[in-house]
Amino acid sequence: MRAPAREGSATGLGKRLARVGVSGRGLVVALPYLWLVLFFVAPFVIVLKISFSDVDLAIPPYKPLLQWAANHTLDVRLNFNNYAFLFTDALYVDALLNSLKVALVSTGLCLLLGYPMAYGIARSAPRTRNLLLLLVMLPFWTSLLLRVYAWIGLLKANGVINNVLMSLGVIHEPLAMLYTPFAMYVGIVYSYLPFMILPLYANLEKMDWQLLEAAEDLGCRPWQAFYKITLPLSRNGILAGSMLVFIPAVGEYVIPALLGGPNALMIGRVLWDEFFANRAWPTASAVAILLLVLLVPFMMWYQNVQARESASEP
Amino acid sequence: MIRVRRAAVAALGCMVLLAGCGGGKSPEGTNGAAPAAGASKVLNLYIWSDYLAPNTLADFEKATGIKVNVAYFDTNETLETKLLSGNSGYDVVVPTASYFERQIKAGVYRDLDKGKLPNLKNMDPELMAKVAQHDPGNAHGVIYMWGTDGLGYNEKMIRALVPDAPLDSWRMVFDPAIASKVAKCGISVLDTPADMIRVTLSYLGRDPNSQKEEDRAAAEAALLKIRPYIRNINSSEYIEALANGDLCLAVGFSGDVLQARDRARDAGKGIDIKYSVPKEGSILWFDMLAIPKDAPHPDAALAFIDYMMTPKVIADVSNFKRYANGNAASLPFVLDSVKNDPAIYPPAETRQRLAVQLADGPEQTRAITRIWQKFKTGQ
Repeated sequence: MRAPAREGSATGLGKRLARVGVSGRGLVVALPYLWLVLFFVAPFVIVLKISFSDVDLAIPPYKPLLQWAANHTLDVRLNFNNYAFLFTDALYVDALLNSLKVALVSTGLCLLLGYPMAYGIARSAPRTRNLLLLLVMLPFWTSLLLRVYAWIGLLKANGVINNVLMSLGVIHEPLAMLYTPFAMYVGIVYSYLPFMILPLYANLEKMDWQLLEAAEDLGCRPWQAFYKITLPLSRNGILAGSMLVFIPAVGEYVIPALLGGPNALMIGRVLWDEFFANRAWPTASAVAILLLVLLVPFMMWYQNVQARESASEP
Repeated sequence: MIRVRRAAVAALGCMVLLAGCGGGKSPEGTNGAAPAAGASKVLNLYIWSDYLAPNTLADFEKATGIKVNVAYFDTNETLETKLLSGNSGYDVVVPTASYFERQIKAGVYRDLDKGKLPNLKNMDPELMAKVAQHDPGNAHGVIYMWGTDGLGYNEKMIRALVPDAPLDSWRMVFDPAIASKVAKCGISVLDTPADMIRVTLSYLGRDPNSQKEEDRAAAEAALLKIRPYIRNINSSEYIEALANGDLCLAVGFSGDVLQARDRARDAGKGIDIKYSVPKEGSILWFDMLAIPKDAPHPDAALAFIDYMMTPKVIADVSNFKRYANGNAASLPFVLDSVKNDPAIYPPAETRQRLAVQLADGPEQTRAITRIWQKFKTGQ
């Protein structure tokens, strides 16, 4: 993307600003940075700060990190115990690993379901394509919570699915679906599927389908052509979609809490317990920081791949 | 048409004004109503969902001219986090006593100005003395409603599986020989470790408020033994599930089980839900009315608390929500079907078996949260 050519239309004010070193381009670039500082860096610093403090019975429920002592000294107390504590009990590492597993499986399922759908949309006639895209985005018109609650109505013992199956005589006892890992995966895959389909579609839509015709002319079977041409070319879309599903799924709390059984050990739930049940804001913050540290390598790897791709593009 | 449009403009104007007042920081009386000298005209109430009679707030507004902004919470944890973050903006909150006790220690609440609470004389001295174990001298709050932890059950379904089931005993849940059979029609327990550990200790004949490691270990062992027989671990879904016949036994709160009973009766499918306080003893809980230290309208808060201690007003809430209140003078106004229901107002001999749920220290809290995670996930 080229930077918007704002300097050309500089007004009197713009010229005056330019004299003190503020350019239109600088302002445009500064805006997203300001956003990032306000809504990412600042909260992160606050959480990091709390993670180094001690629990206290007060408002707020932790001890201050910095304190002015007598004779003009600034007392700094950094408590690393909260981090050490996370490794004394297998709970936290187990919960992290389990969350990673759930996120990985969900991403895989989303990819398996989302790829054919995105492919179908990209290859359909332009008019139906808009309709299909609209259908993919339609669920966003209601809140996530309501949609997850709707799944409770579908999956529960005397819910829609069981009642239909029983009245058809397929089953005689209701299937236990709600509060199982199955229900949890249904909920996660259902909720995140559009995040997989949309980047995949954006990628596939730009593909040159003549390449497939050429491959067929040269003797490739359809599925060979898919494997050798379509799939490698859509790698970026797969990566983008997978990241959009995987990263939020690791920290997912609502869906496992509502649909999954009580034995779904997720890091989001552990964090909730620390924060609300134990009132241990410092430990909860340490868990949050640990989660973030764990996800950073994935994001960096993804950035790296993206950067290399765009550098190799003409 | 014109009239409609004018009404719409007026409504919009009101909304703008209300938005200004909703911030909680604007001075009172700016919304055009004649300001009474010195009186606060707004009250921000934060209460459990579904915990008032339909006319309570409207009557209060009529009686005092104070406008009530009400918001709802569904767990003590939500309320506590808001209070501990500071500047919650609420004038009256309704914490459960065990949380209330700890919040007092954290300096969350304002001392009640008892000179402005003439209706305090209506409160039941026996119950207020129990609450004083949480709040010495009853300095920070008055009882709103109270209840017990116990067993909600569907007798017909259970008798079909275990003809001689001891329905008035925690053995129903904690004796593996019985629980394994009852499990077929579905057992549910509360997802609140503080309640469940106490209930387990009551079953074991130990002090429910014990903070000893040895008692915790015994409770943990007893809980892990019955884990395979527990279908649901949830603090609210058992109401619907009991009423539907999806469950036949639940460890639950008295008021919730009674709600399940009423829903089952309304549905008319022949499901009959009962409630018992097990003979081994159980937990007594209180929901309190209290004023946060940083309440923007403390005078309105006192007026509200005093109003809620009016015998007829609080009796209406009890009649409607089927919870026992702490107001002795209200009993003549409470329906016979409510005050003679042993599940709502337990008789004296049951009351003797009930222990107040004292607050846990931070280490005990962490330990029982961990036991509970192990119970739930097996890890």
